[in-house]
Amino acid sequence: MSEINNKNTSGIEKDKFFAPENEKRTVTAPDGQIIEIDPLNDYFCGDAPRVHKPHKNKLFESFLNWARAESIWVLGFGTGCGSIELYPLLTPRFDAYRFGIQMAPTPRQSSLMIISGYLSVKTLKRVVRSYEQMQNPKFVMGLGSCTINGGMYWDSYNTINRLDYYLPVDTYIAGCMPRPEALLAGFNHLKKAIKEGKGEGANKYAENFEWYKANQKKIIKDWNMPDYNW
Amino acid sequence: MKELLQRLEYRFDVSDIVQKRENQTFLTIDKKHTISLITHLRDIENFSHFVLLTAVDWIEDNLFQLTYILHNPEVNIDIAIRTMISRDNPEMDSAHHLWEQVATYQRELKEMFGINFPGSPGVNDSFILEGWDDIPPYRRDFDTKKYTEETYFPRPGRQTNDPAEYMKNKLYPNG
Repeated sequence: MSEINNKNTSGIEKDKFFAPENEKRTVTAPDGQIIEIDPLNDYFCGDAPRVHKPHKNKLFESFLNWARAESIWVLGFGTGCGSIELYPLLTPRFDAYRFGIQMAPTPRQSSLMIISGYLSVKTLKRVVRSYEQMQNPKFVMGLGSCTINGGMYWDSYNTINRLDYYLPVDTYIAGCMPRPEALLAGFNHLKKAIKEGKGEGANKYAENFEWYKANQKKIIKDWNMPDYNW
Repeated sequence: MKELLQRLEYRFDVSDIVQKRENQTFLTIDKKHTISLITHLRDIENFSHFVLLTAVDWIEDNLFQLTYILHNPEVNIDIAIRTMISRDNPEMDSAHHLWEQVATYQRELKEMFGINFPGSPGVNDSFILEGWDDIPPYRRDFDTKKYTEETYFPRPGRQTNDPAEYMKNKLYPNG
């Protein structure tokens, strides 16, 4: 393995943060065929995200929005202390399922990402990767005052202050921490916005892609991943 | 506890012995003899549990204080060993050969305080701050507020009120 790495990287100035799993390499397939793998080009789509315009037929679009609002699948990704507030929602006492809300284990099967509480730079990198893997239409909910202005971590060296500089946020829920009732109110607010056709976060992200990337790259200094992680 | 401290004083050049609790004592030793004292405590005095390793930045004295806390589960006694190292060349002997988990503490101190532990496994890998390029953030000359304002797009409009002043103005507006 080390021989292969040396062969491929010789003569090229190596990025300090380049991840070893992204290096070009030759691999012997199970059938004996020798293939070359360039993960950055083979595993990821190099294109930037595209804007998906709403359907021309307004009636049909409103039907789609109704369907999107009534089956919100939440990515099970707790970034901070607020993720503890999410679990009571699924219990019989609060029962978020009656609003069509359930948890999904993978980014590609979910439509809502909840940034639950403070977001450190290290987590933001994972959040960006997960968010970009989600399929359109996708929504972001900022939970707690940490995502609004930094909250009690506003002067911390490693937590972001404003989430809307890095991801397009559809709903904020204020509080530290918000109770599950506040979360349910936030979900209803989000559903209302989606039904009115205002859940256009993914398009906003695609339109202002360069601005979001510049903000993300300003703080994620070891950017050892492709620009768009589809 | 007393007998143990007497034994330690007899063998090592320990100073500043402060008994903080009935079963917890702090003592100071110079940098050279720290690891041998820890080894002695672990192998001969049965301090088998390594509780933590942390650092304090004494910027006025140009020193870092390292604190190793060891625990003896048989008699339920804690001993905290303080050692001062220079801030100009912060380097300390590694203790990872005594307990494996010490390497993690040392890796954290390398990142947060910039204290080097040569030979400790993975000590140069990033721990929490990936790709940090400023001075280590736990050092007291690192200005967190300034760094945040330059980096994280603070939301304008944040203001604070002194509660006493605010209530005074509200209740007695005429002074």
